[in-house]
Amino acid sequence: MGQPRVIIIGAGPSGVRCAETLVAAGLRPTVVDEGRRDGGQIYRRQPDNFTRPYAKLYGTEAGKAQSLHESFDALRGKIDYLPETLAWNIADRKVHVMRDRQTRALPYDALVICSGATDRLMPVKGWHYAGTYSLGASQIALKAQACAIGRQVVFMGTGPLLYLVASQYVKAGADVVAVLDTSPFMRRVAALPKLLARPAVLRNGFALVAELKREGVQVLTGVTPLEIKGSPETGVQGVVIRDSSGNERAFECDAVGMGYHLRPETQLADLARCAFRFDHETRQWLPEVGEDGRTSVPGVYLAGDGMKVLGADGAEIGGRLAAMAVLKDFKLPVAEHELQRLREEQARMDRFRRGLVQAFPWPAQQAAQLPDDALVCRCEAITAGELRRTVCDMGAQEANRAKALCRVGMGRCQGRYCANAGAEVIAHAAGIPVEQVGRLRGQAPVKPLSIAAQEEVE
Amino acid sequence: MNAQRADVIIVGGGIMGASAAFFLRKRGVSVILLERGLIGQQASGVNFGNVRRQGRYIDQLPLANRSREIWLKLKELIGEDAEFMLSGHLRVGYRPEHEERMAKYAQDSQPYGLGLQMISGRALRERFPFLGPEVTAGSYAPHDGHANPRLAAPAIGRAAARLGAQVFENTEIVNIEKDGEDFRVTAADGRIFRAPVALITAGAWANRISTSFGEPVPLQAKGPQMCVTEPVPYAIPPVMGVASEKMEEGIYFRQVARGNIVIGGCAREAVDLDKRRAYVNPKNTLLQFTQLPRVIPALKGLSIIRVWSGIESYLEDDRPVIGPSSRVPGLYYAFGFNGEGFQLGPGVGDVMAELIHTGATSTPIEQYHIARFSRLAVNAA
Amino acid sequence: MSQRFVRLAETGRPRVRIVIDGHGAEAFKGDTLMVAVLSHARELRESEFGDGKRAGFCLMGACQDCWVWTADGERLRACTTVVAEGMHIVTKQPEAAWANLA
Repeated sequence: MGQPRVIIIGAGPSGVRCAETLVAAGLRPTVVDEGRRDGGQIYRRQPDNFTRPYAKLYGTEAGKAQSLHESFDALRGKIDYLPETLAWNIADRKVHVMRDRQTRALPYDALVICSGATDRLMPVKGWHYAGTYSLGASQIALKAQACAIGRQVVFMGTGPLLYLVASQYVKAGADVVAVLDTSPFMRRVAALPKLLARPAVLRNGFALVAELKREGVQVLTGVTPLEIKGSPETGVQGVVIRDSSGNERAFECDAVGMGYHLRPETQLADLARCAFRFDHETRQWLPEVGEDGRTSVPGVYLAGDGMKVLGADGAEIGGRLAAMAVLKDFKLPVAEHELQRLREEQARMDRFRRGLVQAFPWPAQQAAQLPDDALVCRCEAITAGELRRTVCDMGAQEANRAKALCRVGMGRCQGRYCANAGAEVIAHAAGIPVEQVGRLRGQAPVKPLSIAAQEEVE
Repeated sequence: MNAQRADVIIVGGGIMGASAAFFLRKRGVSVILLERGLIGQQASGVNFGNVRRQGRYIDQLPLANRSREIWLKLKELIGEDAEFMLSGHLRVGYRPEHEERMAKYAQDSQPYGLGLQMISGRALRERFPFLGPEVTAGSYAPHDGHANPRLAAPAIGRAAARLGAQVFENTEIVNIEKDGEDFRVTAADGRIFRAPVALITAGAWANRISTSFGEPVPLQAKGPQMCVTEPVPYAIPPVMGVASEKMEEGIYFRQVARGNIVIGGCAREAVDLDKRRAYVNPKNTLLQFTQLPRVIPALKGLSIIRVWSGIESYLEDDRPVIGPSSRVPGLYYAFGFNGEGFQLGPGVGDVMAELIHTGATSTPIEQYHIARFSRLAVNAA
Repeated sequence: MSQRFVRLAETGRPRVRIVIDGHGAEAFKGDTLMVAVLSHARELRESEFGDGKRAGFCLMGACQDCWVWTADGERLRACTTVVAEGMHIVTKQPEAAWANLA
């Protein structure tokens, strides 16, 4: 049997390590990435002409970032690298890509989808005002463009990224008004046994919080977001929350960075017809993954945050494991002891991940509390009230039906930022478990596709 | 087990079945409407949304006219308008034979009041300044329009229910047979429904039922290839189509009030009737991209945000089956609408209600009788 | 206050001149179009559905909130487009004439 044609989608931590492992085994994979440079999100590379050193950009993770970038640079001659290339569809064992409005269909024997993740968002009234950004966005503005999202920033949500971004902003000289964490502090304590699976990471986390407090940033836990105040003309003006004692507190700001941990980008797995299952722990639909990233579709593998959010280190391991699964499935040799070691590492990562989920839970209950006039779908400007009406007046109890009737999830982002909360709103209005609401059916293109796109002439 | 009873059982809850249920209730006839999934989920919910008469076979225009009257009063009848817009319909052509075809149609359809206007040259450019240089002629139907297919059938179904129709969604039918004077319809969960009259509006799956009654039809299920753009400022009022003999040139599109442009045409794909799945072939999306700028060059600057397909049914002679069974008293059919049933839906419902209730209908539908395929039954015997 | 993003570093880069709503503005080589516009304006566009100005959301090409119109009627996703000399961005919705032949 000849060498399998392997396509890797995504040049972040999992994609890079997957490519590296395959190259070491003598293969020449194709790596498709939408970005201009490799590195994904957490290790996003700044533009060529920026000067900040790694230590400044990536802090405690500088070494890992540098290692990843250098590893990819070393791979360049040994892979077919397609940057600025969008994988917009998968059909008939081909990946359909577009670069510069030229499209091609790339056949594969094995496909490793390393599509990463986005922030997970829970809407709050006013979150459509200009000046509201995701936590990831706030970080990208700083890391990749040396900007703060505003003059006075409030960070709100939950998860380790909340504290990390706030601390990065403070260090970079931005004005951080407050860090508002929806998770009660005691949840962190309860999660300690799992979090101790990665003691160094846990220590870093404590250090971040301490730093923030030293810098005079207000850090509140156990908050309930009530409203982002603002105007349609000028955008964000402030944030109102209820604190853990039940008091309303208001913070003036012109920018809000918001997020509740991450959600995997699963659209390509969906188009590849992978089976999904409902994950009760995180209350979302995830692609079914077997050992080492194998999916329900032979020849299709997942790795990294696009499979399950394990973080960057977990993503690198996942990428290596998926590569080894490909090698094994195509009857090529793998180092069994290395495979075992990686699996054990990944299990440790997963234990930590579950600790994070416990310490910083997705605040599902906020969906039911959204006022009727709060937007659920930013793209189409659909309110919680309109969504509830499709359930109560039109009998919709399922995600796709509700979408067909009121347009939630029908906009440009195709449900990335509204599907999770939308399902919770439907579930609550219908009085059914959120799993029963189902998930939005995936369709191509994964991202907007220009009508000027033409099939490349060979 | 006790059976649920009504005067009429309707099998298939698309726009045909929902409309028939509504109009039967208006006539005081009791109705059970059975739908395997949700009302309007199949062809009725995924089609292009054209509410046009222009372009139909001449013998279909009386039915289309009757249906149009209902569309105009939909809000009054059911309390919702399903975003129906009387925005006009413009068919365009690139070559002399296209203009000839459109002119002939304008003439042949004269008696039916479509009000078609043939326009070309400078008048065409002035009236429709977005048209590209390849467009040489157009036929404008001022009284046609479009609506939102995702909303229409569900809204009609809800109105039927409000009038007292018993609507059973998520109810798959595993058997239907004549049992004495009644039709006995069995659901997958064992429930039984009985009525002296049965109306089959089961779309691409209706052939299985008609075959079980000895009346097979040459039906092929195909998937339309659809896509939609991001919302952009409203600039293109008429529904657009190309009057070409070549399928690959047959692009059509419409801009909705919110600004998205819904696009279809140029190709169809095979579907999986058993799994009820239909896909868009990426090649067809790219083909549509080559055809759109020929009509309106500015469309090149836009992006599509989604594709979708569905299951539509096509009959060999391009005409639907509407009317009574040729073999079983009390059995009626309305299916196989060849990808252009949406506009006809309310009219078909009204006609079937009239036919079932009074024994006749004022709208000519004999040409759609299932008996025209009886040669198939003979051959199969 | 006519800007939204605040530059914290990397201001020693060569300049790039663009136009925003008919007014000249300077950005830096290496800026994304989003940063270039939001260092001079507080919004990128208007929502199509009347809820007000938008200024992007995810900065990673996922949310699709930052699509802007150019004066030529082209569409650009601001967070993944590198700013280029002479770009002319319009932050208001264009008129219906966007569809007409030039």
